[in-house]
Amino acid sequence: MSDAAIESRAKEGIAATGGVILDAVGKRFGTVDVLRGVSARIEPGRLTGLVGPDGAGKTTLIRMMAGLMVPTEGRITTAGFDVAAEDPGLSDHIGYMPQRFGLYEDLTVQENLALYASLRNIPAGDRRTLFDRLLDFTRLGPFTGRLAGNLSGGMKQKLGLACALMGTPDVLLLDEPGVGVDPVSRQDLWAMVQALTDDGMAVVWSTAYLDEAERCDTVLLLSEGELIFDGPPDDLTNRLSGRTYHLRGVTENRRGLLTRALDLPTVADGTIQGHAVRLVGRDGVSADALEDFASAEGADLAAVPPRFEDAFVDLLGGGPGGRSVLAERMEPVESVSDVSVSCNDLTKRFGSFTATDTVSFDVRRGEVFGLLGPNGAGKSTTFKMLCGLLKPTSGRATVTGLDLRRATSAAKTQLGYMAQKFSLYGLLNVRQNLDFFAGIYGLPGSVRHDRIEEMVETFQLGPFLDAAPGDLSLGYKQRLALACSLMHRPPVLFLDEPTSGVDPITRREFWTHINGLVGKGVTVLVTTHFMDEAEYCDRVALMYKARLIALDTPDALKRQAATEEKPDPTMEEAFIRLIEQEDANG
Amino acid sequence: MARTALSPRRLAALVRKETVQVLRDPSAMMIAFVLPVVLLFLFAYAVSLDIRNIPVGVVLESDGAAAHDLAASFSGSRYFTVTPARERDSVSAAVVSGKLHGFIVIPQDFERRLELGETPLVQIVTDGSRPNTANFVQQYAQGVVLTWLQTRLAAKGISAPSAVELVPRFWFNAELETRRALIPGAIAIVMTIIGTLLTALVIAREWERGTMEAILSTPVGSVEILIGKLLPYFLLGLIATGVCTILATQLFGIPLRGSWAALFAMSAAFLVPALGQGLLISAWARNQFVAAQLALLSAFLPALLLSGFLFEIDSMPVAIRLVSHVVAARYFVPVLQTVFLSGDVWSMFLPNMLAMLAIGTAFFLLARSRTKKRLDL
Amino acid sequence: MRQMLTRLRAQIVKELLSVLRDPRSRFILLGPPFIQLTVFAFAMTLEVTNIRIGVYDMDNGRWSHELVQRVAAADFVREAVPVHGNAEMTDMVSRKEVLVGLVIADDFSSTVSAGGTGTVQVIVDGRSANAGQIAYGYLNRIVAGLNADLKPTALPPSDTVAVRHWFNPNLIYRWYVLPGLAGVLTMFITLLITALSISRERELGTFDQLMVSPATPLEIIAAKTIPSVLLGSILGTMMVLAGRFVFGVPFTGSFPLLIACLSLFTLSVVGIGLAISSLCATQQQAILGTFAVGVPMVLMSGFATPVENMPDVLQWMAQAIPLTHFMTIVEGSFTKALPLSDVLASAWPMAVIALVTLTGSIVFVRARLE
Repeated sequence: MSDAAIESRAKEGIAATGGVILDAVGKRFGTVDVLRGVSARIEPGRLTGLVGPDGAGKTTLIRMMAGLMVPTEGRITTAGFDVAAEDPGLSDHIGYMPQRFGLYEDLTVQENLALYASLRNIPAGDRRTLFDRLLDFTRLGPFTGRLAGNLSGGMKQKLGLACALMGTPDVLLLDEPGVGVDPVSRQDLWAMVQALTDDGMAVVWSTAYLDEAERCDTVLLLSEGELIFDGPPDDLTNRLSGRTYHLRGVTENRRGLLTRALDLPTVADGTIQGHAVRLVGRDGVSADALEDFASAEGADLAAVPPRFEDAFVDLLGGGPGGRSVLAERMEPVESVSDVSVSCNDLTKRFGSFTATDTVSFDVRRGEVFGLLGPNGAGKSTTFKMLCGLLKPTSGRATVTGLDLRRATSAAKTQLGYMAQKFSLYGLLNVRQNLDFFAGIYGLPGSVRHDRIEEMVETFQLGPFLDAAPGDLSLGYKQRLALACSLMHRPPVLFLDEPTSGVDPITRREFWTHINGLVGKGVTVLVTTHFMDEAEYCDRVALMYKARLIALDTPDALKRQAATEEKPDPTMEEAFIRLIEQEDANG
Repeated sequence: MARTALSPRRLAALVRKETVQVLRDPSAMMIAFVLPVVLLFLFAYAVSLDIRNIPVGVVLESDGAAAHDLAASFSGSRYFTVTPARERDSVSAAVVSGKLHGFIVIPQDFERRLELGETPLVQIVTDGSRPNTANFVQQYAQGVVLTWLQTRLAAKGISAPSAVELVPRFWFNAELETRRALIPGAIAIVMTIIGTLLTALVIAREWERGTMEAILSTPVGSVEILIGKLLPYFLLGLIATGVCTILATQLFGIPLRGSWAALFAMSAAFLVPALGQGLLISAWARNQFVAAQLALLSAFLPALLLSGFLFEIDSMPVAIRLVSHVVAARYFVPVLQTVFLSGDVWSMFLPNMLAMLAIGTAFFLLARSRTKKRLDL
Repeated sequence: MRQMLTRLRAQIVKELLSVLRDPRSRFILLGPPFIQLTVFAFAMTLEVTNIRIGVYDMDNGRWSHELVQRVAAADFVREAVPVHGNAEMTDMVSRKEVLVGLVIADDFSSTVSAGGTGTVQVIVDGRSANAGQIAYGYLNRIVAGLNADLKPTALPPSDTVAVRHWFNPNLIYRWYVLPGLAGVLTMFITLLITALSISRERELGTFDQLMVSPATPLEIIAAKTIPSVLLGSILGTMMVLAGRFVFGVPFTGSFPLLIACLSLFTLSVVGIGLAISSLCATQQQAILGTFAVGVPMVLMSGFATPVENMPDVLQWMAQAIPLTHFMTIVEGSFTKALPLSDVLASAWPMAVIALVTLTGSIVFVRARLE
């Protein structure tokens, strides 16, 4: 280590295993301030969550902590090194996992480990024990010969972590490790990171998922480049105590109830949780006001403990309103059949590998149907067969009674499709994208014009009409993608991981529209990794190892997974429990 | 904790990684091995400026014995494949449609003109739309007529020897086969593809896939990253030279009159600017699409067109001649042609080597000013 | 029907916008081809001008001076460099300092004055086979002129034969290169636009979006084909016009006929582009694929060197390349006033190629749906 670095460590007066000190950090790209005046301490032996909506500056901050960027203002000291000093010793003390895990996809697991071991100067003699320990830790032992590109998302993430941990760093920086990873894999990762912090490592975990933030020892909450909260998540959550409620005993149409509740000036936020509706009252609003509303609706109001997410949304000024202008303009869906989507013994084999194995279910008209499962369970394959993108090896899939692979063009207009990653045309601007999707669904000139105007108005796309979709924030990209898939007012809507990586506020707005559409009789089929989202579904199908292992309402699934220790599991706990049960049986 | 700038272990790991990646990526393998063989094959067989069997018409309007004899001389020439005709119209259409590249008219009064020494004796019409071929048709047809006249005069005993005669000696390529010059030159094209195109693509890919970010956060120094990236492609380039040379000498019968040592030394010198350019491109364009476009435009096409490989640089306009001086291939193509066909001419190799190294150094300095161990620069 | 047209229109507008909306991608499309057209029109020449000739004059007499003077004054020669000794000559030729070397023996003038034949050795650098050969031809003409002046009794060879170069009397190389370049560059642009348009959609996931939409496979192919043909034809036309009006190459054929053939040519190229993109999962592979297919097609098309110089097998293969046929048409249309029958003879193979490759792509897109 250089003298300057030793001196700087001495000056800061922190232990050699020290964490990260942020001192009035600012970062500017061109004329845009991405971060302003961020000051905080990240302590060793603790898991620090870096939380904030999309575009809040999380990635920039984490890259600066890793010494990959230099702050424009202020100072960052990571493990005792000033990152601006370009001291090469810094990299010996940090482990960094970038968003896409930083793996070489055409190298095997073993080769990736060996590469990072060499880059981090691990002596050859120590490698064997180190690799054994890491492989054991990540449970990747059986897959050492597999190419990293052929691993599932969860396994890639664990391998990325193993590579980042190679030099036993003092500071571990993880940039959104949870995106696109299923709850089972996420649970593994949590256990691993927990073990590391117990050993005294400083771990920074950046995330847009608030249930992840809730589990951190302390969180830094960023919004529009500023630090708006720094402390244990409970401190923030507790601010909301006495303001969170469940409306229970809602017999029918809890979506309508939510819409009405969100329109109340007394309600700051609301979501659907299985059969119940969760409400957050505005600051200073007494329970009486909500009680009145509950009794008028014929529901029971029960106080529930606040969650971090409630506090987060409240801190950012509350959620969006409950009405969907979009849905209000839509005519109710007329349909002859009560069953919108149906599949019978649907099977898909790729060579000797079975991706979907005799899956059968029906989705009723006006239902929100969720398709859940760990990475690689076969939900994408099933989804693609349903919308006609893949040919089943055997079995049959129909949408409004039609096999979409053989269907005529007219029949295909029954379907709206919103793909993962919001497949928009990046080379066209927003208006041209809208124009294209209106045209491809054959809308005649006058209707096309009206619909586009309507979408622009509903989703507030006006200021961005000439922008490229790539320049939009993730939230606006998602709005545009939804607008494009709804242009022709399809009675059936397919959503493939529609809110992946999107922050909670945007997600609420998204579900407001979906709820509104369902109210008009639109059928929605959605795949998701996001357990909160599963709560919005009327019924959830859980896939595992190519088979359908459970199909019921969210509440029923939770009950099914209830145990003595955990009588009231969350959806995520239920998901993990059901899969463990399946593993035990199978 | 003293830190050496270069750690052999880290370097070895990076080089090993890069090698495994090349070996596993079919598109890289195609670019590195299949495409060179295809190009070499095409330059051996498809691209040929050799003049033999040019299809021409001979219009015999006269029935005289001398006229028939001249026509026979044309048929006997190895440069021409003759379509005989009695009138112009039948061959002129074939010239328009491109089936014949010209025709020779032996006129009705040929015997009389020959007798009286009247000129012109015969008429040559060429298809000027292909100027190079037209030039050769003219040259060789004139040659045939002259030789015929001289033989005829000699037979009559009135030989009139010309005052000056040129005795040609075609050095290095006695048969004047264009293939012998093209195949050595093609090695420069192949090395440009590997050195510049492939290198630019693989570096751009690391940025695109986020692996560069992960590598940069480790103790690896930027010099190590550079060497770890370039060394494998440097070796790949030399291997390609070896493979192409073996193909050229064994399969296509090109001699290697110089030494392998000179060939490899000069190839190594050429790889410096080639890799430097690849590096510079990837420092500028961090996505594969733009990198490929730039590499094609700034490296491949100049190597093909402005290196003297297909077209003589001296015959180009002044502005283009000037531009060609910064094209590294311009210094490599003549070296290759020489080392294969002529021998080790160090008095030519050394200045060219210096020029290539100078261009390479410039590329590396430019690239270095853009490549830092940082993401925000 | 009306809906189909609406859908088709939307897709075609989308394709055109993908290429033309962004000023940068517009430049990438339009800039390089026109820069290439300009640079290559001048760089690609097999003419021999501006060369250096080494002269080792051991004679230093009257006739050797006469000869050297005539050579130095010839318009293809930049400089006649005096050389002193055989070693220096060897060195200069080896180092490519000179393309050709003249070695004049010490009895040259005396032999010529005595009425004998003075011989001059011409050393030609065989590494530049084509240029060397042409330069040797030029030297022969100079010597023939000298002979005629020295011995007027011998037949004056310069007008023994009357030479006429049809279509291009002064053998201006640019007249030959430009029409061909227009074809080559049009082919590359069209190939790239087409190959990228499908692989881009696949890479970004919008292809699935198309597949679930009411657009039929036939429509999808048509919507990929029409914009590429349109853009390729427009660019090709612009290059033809540039050839005529900027570079001054005479245009003698039928312009409408050429444009019709240009569309047919781009159509057949689009078919090949679709075939490439059907094999490529990413844009990266599409670019490399275009390169790997395009370069051999150009080399075999007769653009760089005549088709008839190739072995039979390659000549047959060249018939499957649309550029081979278009090259005949475009070159013929510029300088040769190519008659309709000849145009048609080259046009129908392009139609066959287009039919085969486009049918193939429809089958492929159908297969993706099945």
